[in-house]
Amino acid sequence: MIIQGKAMKLGDNIDTDVILPGKYLVLTDPREIAKHALEGLDPSFPDKAKDGVVLVCGHNFGCGSSREHAPLALKYSGVRCIVGKSFARIFYRNSMNVGLAVIECNGAYATVNEGDEMKIDVEQGGVEDVTKDLKFKATPVPEFMIELILEGGLIPYLRKKVASEKN
Amino acid sequence: MNLIEKILARASAKKTVEPNEIVEARIDVAMVHDLTGPLTVKAFREIGSKRVWDPDKIVVILDHLVPADSVTTAELHKTLRNFVKEQKIGHFYDVGRGGVCHQVMPEEGFVRPGEVVVGADSHTCEYGALGAFATGIGSTEMAAVFVKGSLWFRVPKVIKINAEGKFKEYVSAKDLILKIISTLGSGGATYKGIEFTGKTVEDMSIDGRLTMCNMVIEAGAKAGIIDPDEKTIDYVKERWKGLLNQVKSDPNAAYEKQIQMDVADLSPQVACPSSVDNVKPASELGNIEIDQAFIGTCTNGRMEDLRVAARILRGKKIGRGVRAIVIPASRNIYLESLREGLIETFVQAGAAVGNPNCGPCLGGHMGILAAGEVCVSTSNRNFTGRMGSKEARVYLASPATVAASAIEGRIVDPRSSVGN
Repeated sequence: MIIQGKAMKLGDNIDTDVILPGKYLVLTDPREIAKHALEGLDPSFPDKAKDGVVLVCGHNFGCGSSREHAPLALKYSGVRCIVGKSFARIFYRNSMNVGLAVIECNGAYATVNEGDEMKIDVEQGGVEDVTKDLKFKATPVPEFMIELILEGGLIPYLRKKVASEKN
Repeated sequence: MNLIEKILARASAKKTVEPNEIVEARIDVAMVHDLTGPLTVKAFREIGSKRVWDPDKIVVILDHLVPADSVTTAELHKTLRNFVKEQKIGHFYDVGRGGVCHQVMPEEGFVRPGEVVVGADSHTCEYGALGAFATGIGSTEMAAVFVKGSLWFRVPKVIKINAEGKFKEYVSAKDLILKIISTLGSGGATYKGIEFTGKTVEDMSIDGRLTMCNMVIEAGAKAGIIDPDEKTIDYVKERWKGLLNQVKSDPNAAYEKQIQMDVADLSPQVACPSSVDNVKPASELGNIEIDQAFIGTCTNGRMEDLRVAARILRGKKIGRGVRAIVIPASRNIYLESLREGLIETFVQAGAAVGNPNCGPCLGGHMGILAAGEVCVSTSNRNFTGRMGSKEARVYLASPATVAASAIEGRIVDPRSSVGN
């Protein structure tokens, strides 16, 4: 699975309250949630992301709450993949579960510039800055998580399983 | 093995497990609340499953926006009421029945040593205070638990924190955990477990232990844990009549690292905006004037917390220009506070007392901040925009510090102001 998009850079410790403020947790429609993605940092983010972006972030991205609204907001606003130095663990799992690929990669952040064309090979764990023609090593994603991402997330993955058990 | 490894080994039917190993663990109890439950129900329906794996092992608690503050919230509550009825889930805590989920869970006997608990809320890590392995998960993953009753975990490396010494007066578990988070850093324990040991922890009440484990997520940890002792067993036996699995860490268990803390000289600590690891002693803050003081939440809305706050506020008045909000963490705590006269003390002092729920902690309702306002709070997060406007500032402290600050109108070390 190859994901491409322009890089958008964010710093360290981007928390879930900034990604999706608590007052929007009453929303359940991902498209409505997405209108407020990263509102705590930049209210114009959904507009900037709408054509599809790859977030390139620092350490501890998604720290804080277990709110799945956070990765949903990013995914439905146009984020195709997040390349981060490190992720908060609940956010990492939530993202994969809703079908948003997150890749741990220490090297990319210092080199990649805003707007660079990025290319991510999820299965191989490859991160590439196409604009600069540079490749970075990423932490391999566990095999069953790759399966999840290829299926589009935990819901389609389990739906298939439940349906096959019924037959 | 350490306690977390033992619990995960048992839950995944293995003799031993090692750090980084991925296991599929059987879930003993699963909890959702009013903001994460509706997404869980939605995912459960989309998966196409008809019945939950075991209705007796699911607990549903309305606590974030209680009573409903809008039609949208009322719809979320209705979704959960319909779901528990349809799935025959008996452990349902509606408006007025329970309180903050992380108080209701231990208080009602849903947290037992040696068991695995998952909650669709990040502060689920608190339950390790009673010797359980407990961690927060997302809504979709919770739907998977509702379907199959198990979940995968990577066995975490564990940091052991050994705390020795006696707290000085008006210094408590909150000050210690803030100090620990500042030592580790906000991502310093990501993917890891934190085990607390030592005389300070042994001497600590269950309330204090819950406060400690509640906040390990603020260092990124997967779970906090404390070996169960006599206090734990007494607490749980009062609330749970089933068999207890009394497992403890082996004396020679392996840890990623060990940290020694001496609390004898620890002073009241404050986490400054806008990250929980930005911690300073209250006495070194300078003149931070406050608009709001909030006492409550899953971190510090328990009896011990309300008692110390009431002791400081008794016969005093909340400072001019300050509004104080006190929210007991559960119905039982509310009742006990009434019996002990604490509620009267708060109201006499000029505080607004709310019904048990999360209140303004996450900016939902009951005390949202305007731009430029400052709040000192006993809660657990001070991120930008956490309690309302992104131009507001939140300082986190112990109930004693918040109560003393409410009187003074600025953040103070409770030891310098009490009795003056």
